[in-house]
Amino acid sequence: MTVPPISARGNAPLAAVPGGQGRGLAWLAVPALLFFVGFGVIPLIGVFVLSFTAWDGLGEIRPAGFDSWRAVLSDPGLPHALWVTFLVIALSWVVQTPASILLGTFLAGFQRYRAVFSVIYFIPLLLSSAAIAITYKALLDPNFGLGAGLEIPLLVQDWLGEPVLAFSVVIFVVSWQFIPFHSLIYQGGVRQIPRSMYEAAEIDGAGRVRMFFSITLPQLKYTIITSSTLMVVGSLVFFDLIFVLTAGGPGDATRVLALEMYKRGFQANLMGPASAIAVILVLVGLALALLLRRLGGRDATHSQLEGA
Amino acid sequence: MGLPLGAALTACGGSGPTQAGAGGGGGSTTSGGGGGGKATYWYLTGQPQEGIRTRAVERFNKANPSTQLATTMFQNDAFKTKIKTAIGAGEAPTIIWGWGGGGLKSYVQAGQVDDLTSWFDQNAALKDKLFPSSFNAATVDGKIYAVPVEAVTPIVLFYNKKVFEKVGAQPPQSWGDIMDLVKKFNAAGVAPFSLGGQSRWTNMMWLEFLFDRIGGPEVFQAVFDGEKDAWSNPAAIDALTKMQDLIKANGFIKGFSSITADSNADQALLYTGKAAMMLHGGWTYGNMRDTGGDFVKGGNLGYMNFPPVDGGKGDPSDTVGNPAQYMSISSKASAAEKEIVKKFLATEMNSDAQNKDWASNGFVPIVKGSDSQFGTDLDGTWQRFVYDTASKAKSFQQSWDQALSPTAAEVLLDNIAKLFQLSISPQQFATSLNEVIGK
Repeated sequence: MTVPPISARGNAPLAAVPGGQGRGLAWLAVPALLFFVGFGVIPLIGVFVLSFTAWDGLGEIRPAGFDSWRAVLSDPGLPHALWVTFLVIALSWVVQTPASILLGTFLAGFQRYRAVFSVIYFIPLLLSSAAIAITYKALLDPNFGLGAGLEIPLLVQDWLGEPVLAFSVVIFVVSWQFIPFHSLIYQGGVRQIPRSMYEAAEIDGAGRVRMFFSITLPQLKYTIITSSTLMVVGSLVFFDLIFVLTAGGPGDATRVLALEMYKRGFQANLMGPASAIAVILVLVGLALALLLRRLGGRDATHSQLEGA
Repeated sequence: MGLPLGAALTACGGSGPTQAGAGGGGGSTTSGGGGGGKATYWYLTGQPQEGIRTRAVERFNKANPSTQLATTMFQNDAFKTKIKTAIGAGEAPTIIWGWGGGGLKSYVQAGQVDDLTSWFDQNAALKDKLFPSSFNAATVDGKIYAVPVEAVTPIVLFYNKKVFEKVGAQPPQSWGDIMDLVKKFNAAGVAPFSLGGQSRWTNMMWLEFLFDRIGGPEVFQAVFDGEKDAWSNPAAIDALTKMQDLIKANGFIKGFSSITADSNADQALLYTGKAAMMLHGGWTYGNMRDTGGDFVKGGNLGYMNFPPVDGGKGDPSDTVGNPAQYMSISSKASAAEKEIVKKFLATEMNSDAQNKDWASNGFVPIVKGSDSQFGTDLDGTWQRFVYDTASKAKSFQQSWDQALSPTAAEVLLDNIAKLFQLSISPQQFATSLNEVIGK
């Protein structure tokens, strides 16, 4: 997860604190602000400027007007990469969200065995994407991998060589890596739900399933939005895992936008078009984040706790 | 916000982790660099080449205690990106190691490497020592920008003698034989050809030979010279069609497009007998000998030049591949650093000690008469074959992805992957590539 969430600022939190303490502490934000300007805003402007130049990454940077944009927008590779990126976002959301909610709800109890499980489930997140990709690649190898080693014919597939299979593998590995993180968010969310609600439901004779759908799920609404925002914006910039696992292949079946950008910039020496794609990535990311915020409603940042 | 930065960081991270493990193994040398009177040199991991390169630096540093070379090692694909990025950022190592050709040309056009023509005039003895054919890929607009170093490595058709014996087959003498062998091996449950298709340049080696055997070296030369619609040459279309015929006939191991060459899995398929043949660079010989058990040592590795195609115009003695490796000097380096590197190039690279090291590891140094040191054992026989192939070839076509500019090469590799996936036709392939001719 390289992308911080777009901070949901309905009302400025610091200034709103009664007694004016917020104003006195505002300078604490200065280092963060400086880092944000230095590593966020300035490179962003740089990329935007680069998208109007021609540069092979080696020599002089020459202004080129709209050439890069024209090249990128007229290339059939762009809609394809956009489509693949959206598929990755949508499918990884569809797979990860229900699994994370169920796991998170399960892990929210305070029994000791659940604590042990949550530690075990968390392990995939601790591994680097490159290591995960290399490991899966070795396991899925049709000739020397798991299937061939254990002689299970079902597992001997051309996992990364068939477009549909390769795509499924990408979604699976991405989910395997990030479900732990989102389970953790949901675990926190579930623990925030007041016990009294469950107690009242119990008195009314509601079962576990009913309680899940009538209390847990509605109460998790904002957690779902937070987690989905992270998921969607995170999936948008998936790069390392796909790069190592399939290199965008077979053909261009798993070539997402970020990979397209890398290939143009660093392999084909076309920094201008690569920058244009980077700007498109930013715009798509912003649009998606805003859309999700809309879906959350205007009260998304208000506390859901009783009495607050 | 912060998206482009995040994306850029992951972009770097993608190739990063593979280097981290490789960086520390430099023996007495230190990694990183830039500062002081130290010149820097980056090269590739992977034995036995890595050891030979390391020993060369160690010898030089020992002989010249006051002028040191600092080294860093990278994996192949990671290196290609890293070096370009470093040059663009003004952080290039003093020695720019590479494959010559189109990549070198882009450095020259950006003014990033020094013209070595006059240096070669001063060191005429060195120039005379080397294969003349190795200078083509080092020359841009009549000036020499790189010193050919290391070994000559043509692409060779390897085969597993044991598997051939078991199936009762003979090595192919023509393209027709290849298609017949495909049926024969498939019927016997052995994959005809091993291929690490995810790496893409591995597929390209097939096209290089088919173009040459069907239409002769001038078909690709026309592309290289920037002739309009050169990819639509009937010989090119014929070669591309034959290629897809072979794929449709299950000529390659199942799952080839998910196998990478970096992991050497394609070589393993050949020496474990899962595949009967493999078209690959001569540089794979050393690894197959060292990790293939008794495959090479037991005399089970067969090798030959790519057979002719029936009715083709090409000369079957032609070859393709890497005429040498190349070292250039970064124009951004300090005068002191350049002096160190020039000394290294003049005294250590292509020295007798180093040639002996390459030769004793199964390679053919790019030095004239290096065949005199080859023995009569398995390695010696292999080296004599490589030496003869390289020196007798009327045309030694440099690998296409190295000969072309990086921009054109990327489009080429992309379309080759699609051609092998059968997702585009030969005509579509030609159309896409005609668009980037001369770019």
